[in-house]
Order: sequence, then C-alpha cells, then structure tokens
Amino acid sequence: MQWRGLVLPALLLVAWQALCASKVFTPDVMPSPVAVATELFRLWTKGQLLGDIVITVERVALGFLLGTAVATVFGALVGYSRRTGEYLDPTLQALKAVPSLAWVPLFILWFGIFEVSKIALIAVGVFFPIYLNLVAGIRSTDRKLVEVARVNALGRFDLVKRILVPAALPNYFTGLRAGLALGWMFVIAAELMGASKGLGFLMLDGQMTGRPATIVAALILFAVAGKVSDALLVATGRRVLAWQDDFGSVQAKTGP
Amino acid sequence: MLRISGLSKRYDDDAGLQHVALDRIDLAVSEHEAVALVGTSGCGKTTLLRIVSGLEPATDGQLTLQGDAVTGPRRDVGVVFQEPRLMPWLTVRENVRLALLDLAPAAQDAVIADLLRDVGLTDFVEALPRQLSGGMAQRVALARALARKPSVLLLDEPFSALDSFTRMKLQDHLGALWERSRFTLILVTHDVDEAITLSDRIVVMRGQPGRIYREIAVNLPRPRGRTAPEFQKMKDEVTLALDIS
Repeated sequence: MQWRGLVLPALLLVAWQALCASKVFTPDVMPSPVAVATELFRLWTKGQLLGDIVITVERVALGFLLGTAVATVFGALVGYSRRTGEYLDPTLQALKAVPSLAWVPLFILWFGIFEVSKIALIAVGVFFPIYLNLVAGIRSTDRKLVEVARVNALGRFDLVKRILVPAALPNYFTGLRAGLALGWMFVIAAELMGASKGLGFLMLDGQMTGRPATIVAALILFAVAGKVSDALLVATGRRVLAWQDDFGSVQAKTGP
Repeated sequence: MLRISGLSKRYDDDAGLQHVALDRIDLAVSEHEAVALVGTSGCGKTTLLRIVSGLEPATDGQLTLQGDAVTGPRRDVGVVFQEPRLMPWLTVRENVRLALLDLAPAAQDAVIADLLRDVGLTDFVEALPRQLSGGMAQRVALARALARKPSVLLLDEPFSALDSFTRMKLQDHLGALWERSRFTLILVTHDVDEAITLSDRIVVMRGQPGRIYREIAVNLPRPRGRTAPEFQKMKDEVTLALDIS
C-alpha cells in the first residue's frame, strides 16, 4: 500500500518538531519543521522558489535525456556486437574510472560556467549506470531465446526489436533509475559550483546568509523531486514490464 | 531427403580434454517419414538434432537435406525444443508471428489464426506466456514451428516436462498433424511409448561416444493403441535395445 511509505516520514516529522520544541535542537543549528514550512512559504510568495525548482528540474531532465540517449546508443552497440564492444568498452570503462566531478574544470573551460557545462556534467553522471546495465541486460539474454530467433531466421533488426531490447528492459530500467539518482546528485554539484538560480544555489545562498531553514527547505525539495521523478520511472517500468512473472510482481498483487 | 554420413561431433571441455559426443553417425530419413531417436541421457541424440537443425556444426562428416549441405538454420525446417521457449514479453499471437516475419502483415494474421485453431488455442491469442499451462505453451511452440509449413519438423523431447495425460493428448495431436501435413518428422525422446506411438522407425542410440546401436521399424497400424499387445511387445524390444531394463 502506498500510505505505508508515509508512516516513517510522519514519525520523523513529529520527532523533529518535538526535539525542536524541547530545545534539544536550537534554531540556529536545526530549525523546526514549522520554521522550514514558513521559510518555504516565504520563498514561494517571494516568487523565487518556482523559478529555482523549474531550472533545477530542467537541468536534470536535459542532462538525463542526453546521458540516456548516448548511453542507449553505446550500450546497444556494445551489447549487440561483441566486436564493437572490444573496440569501445575498454575506453568507456577507463572513462568510468574518472570521478565524474573531475570533468568540471574541463567542462567549464569548454562550455563556460552556464547551462551547457552543467548539463554535460549531469549527462556524464547519468551515462554510466545506464550504459553498463543495458550492456549487461543484452548480454544476459537467454541463449535459448536467441536460438528461437536463429531457427526462425529473424533479421538483425527483428532480433534487436523483438528479443534483445525487451529482454534487456528490466536491466535497462534499473540503469535508468540509478542514472536518474546520479543526475540529482550531479545537479547539486553543478549548482554549488556556480549558479545564480536553482535549488543548489538556494542551499548555497542559505549557507552564505546564515539561514539553516533555507538549506533544510531546499533539502526537502530535493528529496521530493527525486522521489517523484523516480516514482514516474517506476510506474513507466511497471507498465512496460507487465509481462514479468517474478517474485516482485507477484508480491505487488498479494503481499507480503 | 535427409542424409547423414560419417557424422561426428567432438568438443573440448574447459580442462582441455576432448569428448566425442557423436561418433560416425550414418542415417537416412526419407520424405514424410517419422523417425524417433531414442536413447538414455548423454547419448548425443539432442546434439544430433541440433546439428540437423543447423544450430551447431558437426566436426566431421556429411549432412544434406534435399541434396543441399546444411550450414545453418533453414526456413523449411521447424524446431520444437524441450522447453516452449516463448518470449515472455510477447502474446501468443506475437510469439507465433516470429516465424512469419517475411510475410505481409495481413497474411501473417491469417496464418496465425489458422495455426492457433489447429492447436486449439483460439481463445488465448492475446494471452502472455505466464498465463499458459505447460501443455498450452508447448502447443504454441508447436504452432510456431509449423507456421512456415516446414518440410521437416524436428522435436527435442517436446513433451517430457508435461504430465502423462497432457503428454498423451499432445502426442495424439502431433500424430494427427503429421498424418494431415505429412512433413518429415524427427523426434528425440527418451519415452519409448512416445517413440512407438509416433514413429515409423526407431533409431536407438547409445553413449558415450554416441553411436547408433540399432534401428527398429515400427510396423503397427495407426492410430496406435498404447495398450495393444503388439505395442507392448515392441516396447519390450526397444527397452531391451536401450539396455535400461
């Protein structure tokens, strides 16, 4: 049931408010939920908050789409053709070993301090989990199903479309979720490094002006945005993967 | 129509040891004949079928089908595996369609409808494989293998995972389809009853290495009652040849 996921946040909220009310947390260190809610309302009425949310979501969305597109093309090529994999995979694995944040100086040099470098950074973070999971998904396709394609003389396109892609979809969605989570991680990194708008900037602003309530408000907004976007992906995945007959899908219907 | 001569299959295992799965097999199967390959597990009968299907190459020897050397899977050869091997993400209809992709879409739909009527699954056209029983799934696999009206149908222990009642029903069903279409049928099985019910000739294989030990003609009138005394006599003969009693 959906409501069960709300039990723990509600309990934490109550405990948090109680700790603040009993002065265990002082407002300069940890503002109370009420203070955070007030701050959110203040930012909203100031008209700034919506713009910050929109720009951050936009950066994540663009970076995610770009990273997903590139990862899907490379993942499909490497997964489908072992020879292509022999050419490409070692290089990509080496690039994976570079911490994504290490690209920042180069991206700023190449693309400037504004949007393009931020989106590129997010795309790099999104790329690897999707690429790796797609390759693994295609390669782990049941040999027996591929033999069915062979005895039925399926062409290359039909093999990919009707067998390899669907077989890889469960892994692909795992990769998309991991990639999206990294996208949210990297948008903060990008915005902390230099931005004049966005939730990351809001946090930095809260730090500079000594307003812990602003920081916590931005944190909560990140949590909500991350959760909502992940839930959208999960819902899409559930629809696309309705054919699955595994423990998870049985569990969803009957428990425990 | 199918001619196998001096066919061997050897392979190296991970330790670098060479195994002989099939040793100098000679076999000829004529058009519209039904041949059963029987033998205990490990005698190479599945390997032989896979080589005939073109999925695996032989190490030595000749294999021709209607005069042509077999170098890979062919459109006129249908294969039913031990498991149904249906794509879990495709409906029954789309699974059967996999065999028909070279036809125009309208023609595909017409053929699919006919095939599913033949195997009695008209009501399950839109079902996903997980919604089918084992016997139903194997009937879909049979429909898929027959979709292109193959001249040869290869079956690798197709009913071995089914309960005995379903198995007998499907054997009779396959027998009826064979009588009607008269494709050449090569059936790998370890079920002696199944071999006698369906085939004109039983090829007994023994391992290892896999060789053909004996060929027994089945000259019983069809349809074959499994309880007839001649059936029992034949069964004793094949069992003796298999050396499993």
